Formats: sequence, structure tokens, C-alpha cells
Amino acid sequence: METRELICIGCPMGCPLKVEMNGEEVSSVTGNTCKRGDDYARKEVTNPTRIVTSSVIVEGGSLAAVSVKTKSDIPKGKIFEIMKALKGVKVQAPVHIGDVIVSNVADTGVDIIATKNIY
Amino acid sequence: MLRQVYDIVVVGGGPAGLAAAVSAKRNGVESILVLERDKELGGILNQCIHNGFGLHTFKEELTGPEYAGRFIEQLEEEKIKYKLNTMVMDISEEKVITAMNREDGMFEIEAKAVILAMGCRERSRGALNIPGYRPAGIYSAGTAQRLVNMEGYMPGREVVILGSGDIGLIMARRMTLEGAKVKVVAELLPYSGGLKRNIVQCLDDFGIPLKLSHTVVDIDGKERVEGITIAEVDENRKPIPGTEEHYTCDTLLLSCGLIPENELSRSLGVEMSPITSGPLVNECLETNVEGVFACGNVLHVHDLVDFVSEEAGAAGKHAAEYVKNGAKHQPSAAKDIPIVATEGARYTVPKTINPERMDEKHTVRFRVGDVYKNCYVSVYFGDKRVIHRKRPVVAPGEMEEVVLKKEELAAFPELSQITVKIEEA
Repeated sequence: METRELICIGCPMGCPLKVEMNGEEVSSVTGNTCKRGDDYARKEVTNPTRIVTSSVIVEGGSLAAVSVKTKSDIPKGKIFEIMKALKGVKVQAPVHIGDVIVSNVADTGVDIIATKNIY
Repeated sequence: MLRQVYDIVVVGGGPAGLAAAVSAKRNGVESILVLERDKELGGILNQCIHNGFGLHTFKEELTGPEYAGRFIEQLEEEKIKYKLNTMVMDISEEKVITAMNREDGMFEIEAKAVILAMGCRERSRGALNIPGYRPAGIYSAGTAQRLVNMEGYMPGREVVILGSGDIGLIMARRMTLEGAKVKVVAELLPYSGGLKRNIVQCLDDFGIPLKLSHTVVDIDGKERVEGITIAEVDENRKPIPGTEEHYTCDTLLLSCGLIPENELSRSLGVEMSPITSGPLVNECLETNVEGVFACGNVLHVHDLVDFVSEEAGAAGKHAAEYVKNGAKHQPSAAKDIPIVATEGARYTVPKTINPERMDEKHTVRFRVGDVYKNCYVSVYFGDKRVIHRKRPVVAPGEMEEVVLKKEELAAFPELSQITVKIEEA
């Protein structure tokens, strides 16, 4: 039996979590105050994931850059590959919240979408 | 000079101003104007492109621009008027607002109620007394954030960050993702001023060291930053000789606290709290100047935009009630009861509460002055303890709250003081 201690990043409360591991399997999660914490703990010890946010150059708009994010969480190990894929990406204004900027970024199966309207 | 008349003028079109205006409209006031000095609405949220906003308000995790976008949509739906690129110069006691922009020149607005929502700004290098030259390459974390996220510039390649406020932590990750090397985050205090989750996902995820009880003691370079020397500090926050460490770098980011931006409030004669540097308000979020309300970071610096929106919604509602009542207050037989923060609690918002005028429940927010473990957050009505809530840990970087109930206050008709404090277990 192995115990791992984590801080939940699910919300700003930052609950201290204790995860009991039986080999590769999670046998219990304690310290969380909501369901989100339980989900986070189980993922974090098996396949940690993150949302990646960045910005890309936009041409012909009121601002030089538009903010973007991965539409859902991606494996933590893919963060820098995604950043590399975003390098040099340029889009034309107008851009709307939710527009797909790069589809299936770095073969994650997840799209990069815009998070700001630029006219 | 052009003079216009509105029922409510909101100064600032960031998260607080947007939520206040929308709430005032939904509470029955038609004539509302929002004045914003930037070229777009949304305030600081426009540069906070990371996620984590909106869990309370929208039950989902949004980025800053998306969160702002939701409120801007509501403002447009409610057909609330706003002026961009507009700087407010003065607010008089008679609630005449003097403002200027390129289209209208200098103009005046007569308002029945004013909502202050000007936000805050960053503590600058000049206020920190850091020795060394004044080369290029020293930025506040928020300036760097705007440059990277909105203007498309990288401020530098090798970075040292002083201060572990949330913006500094967020920028440590952002600069790393954009290919910079963040060498260290130094924090003067023995604890971080940022949220725990940001230490995990912005520093630990990328192996960036956080050195607590450390500060910058020298800056090298005449034209451009060439290196930074940090040293450990003692309990009096004085550098300890012999503990100096040198880092070569081209950039220093400062994330050393936020200060509510209250020049307009001060010249208007609004009474200020020396602790928060924001106005003192009652439970309606009204200042000592009748009909002038305050909300968001201009009132006290928040950790979470969700709480800003909630607070601003309340300010908008109370401003609307004031206007609908003929720019007068509902008379109340009950007296305002002062809320005193002591023994660990540094301040409370609001500063007073009226047991008759208040809603069924009222959330009182406050910050503690130090880290306390296994303690109790306690509330006393006079000398009777009415709330005694166990907390595993409280820290200055994370805002605390207690909820006061109208029915509980009604059981204390002679009450002259409410006290909020931290008690050791």
C-alpha cells in the first residue's frame, strides 16, 4: 500500500488529498470536499491531464493576439508538443469564441479553440 | 460643456462594473452608463487567458476572456450604454462626474447613484525599494502578462520573479510555455501569497523553484538586466549576509501585491480603510458618501472573480433600490452594527451591518494576517460566541468568509458590536 499526497487543482480551495494506491490501482481518495477532487486525484496518479491555454497571432484585428485553449484536458506530457504546434500559427480576424484554430492538436484528438472575440 | 443625466453611472467596465451594471438594470433601473478607460470592456480578464474562472458563477471552468465575454453579452442583451476610451477625471459630492474622451472632449454627467468599480493596480518597483541600477527588463507581472497574451511580445528569455502572488505564478508558467527559462520565484514572506493550486500547476508542474523568505538584493546591468542577486531574509525581513545567490537573467518580473485604485474615491471624500486601501462600506456596499457604492478590487483585492461578480451584483441591486426610492434610503429603525476584525482577522467587508435592512443571509468576507493551522474562525455577538468553525489552515493569500443570518441577529436587539477573530485550537 502506497500513499500519495496531492493538492487538488480543481478549484481555488486547493484541498489536500490523500490517495491510497494498491499497485497501479487507486483504493481510496480522502481529503476532497467534492466529486471534482476525487476525479482529479484518480486521474493525477494514473494519467495526469491539464487544460493548455495560450495565444496565437491574429491578423487584421483590433488586437495582435487571440487567446486560445485546448477544448478539453490533454495528457500532461503533451503540453510542450502542443505549444510547439501553436508556434507560427496565424489566423485572420474576425475570430469568435469557440472557433477551432487547430484541430486535433499534436495528435491528442483535442481541438484548439479561440477564447476571445476579435473583430 | 456637454452635460448628460443618468440614474446610475458605473466607473470601470471590468468584471465588477459589468456585473454591477447588469444587476442594476435587472433590478429596475433603465438609465445606466458604464465608463471604461480601455478600448474594450472586460478589464483585467482580457489578459488572464488561463482557465479556472467561473466555477461558482457558471458551474464550468472558463478562461478570463470567456468569463468577461459572458458578462459583456449580458450587458449587450440588457442594452446598457457604455463609453470606451473614456477617462473619469473627477466625481463631485453632488455626484457630477467629469470625464473625457476623443469624441466628446471633456463632458459632465449628473448621476443619482455612482458605482465605483475601478479595480486595482500592481505595486511598482519604486514602492519596493530594490537596490541596483534601473535597466530595461524589469516589468510588473501584469505588464508582462499583457505583452505576452494580448500584444504578442515576449519580454525576455531568462527570468527571475520576485513575489509569489497569483499573477507571478501564472506568468512563471506562461513564460515557460513560451520557451523562456524561469530560474526562480523569490518570496519575501515565509508563505506564498498565491493560491495553492497555482503553486502546483504553475511551479511544481515545471520544476520551477519557489524560495520563501528570500528577496532581491541587487540588480546587475546598466542598459538591460544582466543578473539578479537574491538573499534569504530573517524574521524582520532583513537580508542575511552570506546567503546571497546570483542568477544570470535578462528579465525580472515583480508580483508584489495589488493596490485598489482609489484616487477618485479619495478626492470625492470617501472614507478609506488603511488595511485594504479601499472604501469603508456598509452591508449595501455603500460608502460614507450617500448614493456612492463600491465593489470588486477597488473595494478590497479578491482572489476569485466569481466573488467579485457576486459582490458587484449586490452593489448594483442596492444602487438600483436607492434610485427607485427617489435617491433616498429606506428608513430603518435599527442602528448599523460595527463589525470589528481582531486577533488574526485583518479587516471585514462590510464594516457595518444593519440588522433590519440586511438580506436573510449576508456573507462577510475577510483576510487573516498570518498562516494559522488547526484554528477556529469565530464570530461574537457582543461577548457571546455564535460561530466557531474549525479550519485546518487559513492563510493571508486566501480570502475567508462567514455568513451572518438575519434571524440570529434579531435575537440580539441590544447588540452594539460584532467581532470576527481567529482562535487557536
